[in-house]
Amino acid sequence: MLAPSPLRPEAVAVRDLHKHFGRLEVLRGVSLSAREGEVVAILGSSGSGKSTLLRCINLLEVPEAGEVVVGDEAVAWRARRGGRVPADRAQIDRIRSRVGMVFQSFNLWSHRTVLENVIEAPVHVLGRKKSECIAEAEGLLAKVGIADKRDHYPAHLSGGQQQRAAIARALAMHPRVLLFDEPTSALDPERVAEVLRVMRALAEEGRTMLVVTHEMAFARDVAHRVVFLHEGRILEDGPSDQVFSDPRSERFRQFLARGE
Amino acid sequence: MIDVAFLESTIRALLRGVPLTLSLTAGSVALGGVLAALAAWGRLSGVAPADWLARLYVFVFRGTPLLVQIFLIYYGLGQFRPTLQAWGLWTFFREPYWCALLALALNTGAYTAEIFRGAVLSVPYGALVAGRACGMPRLLLFRRITLPLAARQALPAYGNEVISVVKATSLASTITLMEITGLAQKLIAQTFRALEVFVCAGAFYLALTFVIIGLLRLAEAWLSPDLRPRPAIRPA
Repeated sequence: MLAPSPLRPEAVAVRDLHKHFGRLEVLRGVSLSAREGEVVAILGSSGSGKSTLLRCINLLEVPEAGEVVVGDEAVAWRARRGGRVPADRAQIDRIRSRVGMVFQSFNLWSHRTVLENVIEAPVHVLGRKKSECIAEAEGLLAKVGIADKRDHYPAHLSGGQQQRAAIARALAMHPRVLLFDEPTSALDPERVAEVLRVMRALAEEGRTMLVVTHEMAFARDVAHRVVFLHEGRILEDGPSDQVFSDPRSERFRQFLARGE
Repeated sequence: MIDVAFLESTIRALLRGVPLTLSLTAGSVALGGVLAALAAWGRLSGVAPADWLARLYVFVFRGTPLLVQIFLIYYGLGQFRPTLQAWGLWTFFREPYWCALLALALNTGAYTAEIFRGAVLSVPYGALVAGRACGMPRLLLFRRITLPLAARQALPAYGNEVISVVKATSLASTITLMEITGLAQKLIAQTFRALEVFVCAGAFYLALTFVIIGLLRLAEAWLSPDLRPRPAIRPA
């Protein structure tokens, strides 16, 4: 796909992120940014830190060092016990409300219908009018192709339908950035296509997306840029056709060859 | 032979104890629920003193017989009458009703605390992360996600606990309260007809339990709408 102009502002950026769990260093200085309208695929074998990177962007994980910027807002920190914590909880909630996230395991709220899942956050986090949110949610559900499931509970849907409902839920917040954390990894092969189709349509609309994925075809055909993580460091970062045709790192060649 | 007239008079006599049984049940379940919520919060708060206080409370009141607790509060605290009077609490501890209610509440609260704690821990991590990821502040997350999911998880065990409180109120008869069991004992002392009277008393408890089971079923249907039959597919 045609990449957005390099003149467009950055929608999201992280700089020199470090994150460890106990003694395990998961991120060792990762810098990454996405311009508005850009689709970035994040590749890497399991344990490379790609999910953690995504979760640091909306502060589901707190990086020990490095900066996180969403739109024009940088996360503020304060020192605590030799480390640091976000200085302002309200700021974190605000940033999260602007960053949509789609999870590998869907994480729909099982006690609410599909429609209720979609309007939950716009109504209760953003304080928007319920009738307005319902009308918009119906449009979103139609867009992801499950309008007829609006009054169903998540348990009554297939995996692909649940993931599409989760995408509608994320879109309902009018996010500046969408984060996808292996959105098709928990699906049957025949369900993968229906979710990828929706994601492709979102990319074509010009939405900013960071996608952790194992779907090489999606990375190659839909993403503008590909980032390859290995052991907590970025080894490749460039236009997708270039990264795939002429990788700089031996490790990425191996990754492609093995079809990981 | 079945003495219908005696049965009828027994039923009528025991019926007078039902309001007291119900009031002890409702009062101790309500107060115990508050205690349980506080104790469960203490256990889950991560605040060490609150955690230890809650652990101690649950340990003590789950680890000793309810009858002993009732006696300790009603008879035992009587020894501290001057102190209680000075604190203005004597009017409260003088009354067997309030002593029984307090003992029942403390006891059921200890069990219920563990039910609540387990229910909160059972809420799927994914549901919480999804809430956090869309910017829900902690209180909103608790109210909209944790609480409804935990409530439906807690309900079956909580129902057991409410039913056992109904039956535990019979111990209040040991400190002179004339609820169903108290009235039954009084009637037996007058008539020496233990079988009919206790069968009637048992039937009353059974009837109360029956009503509670019905209420619990309604609550379960209300809390778990996704387990009802799915709606018909509507044309898009």
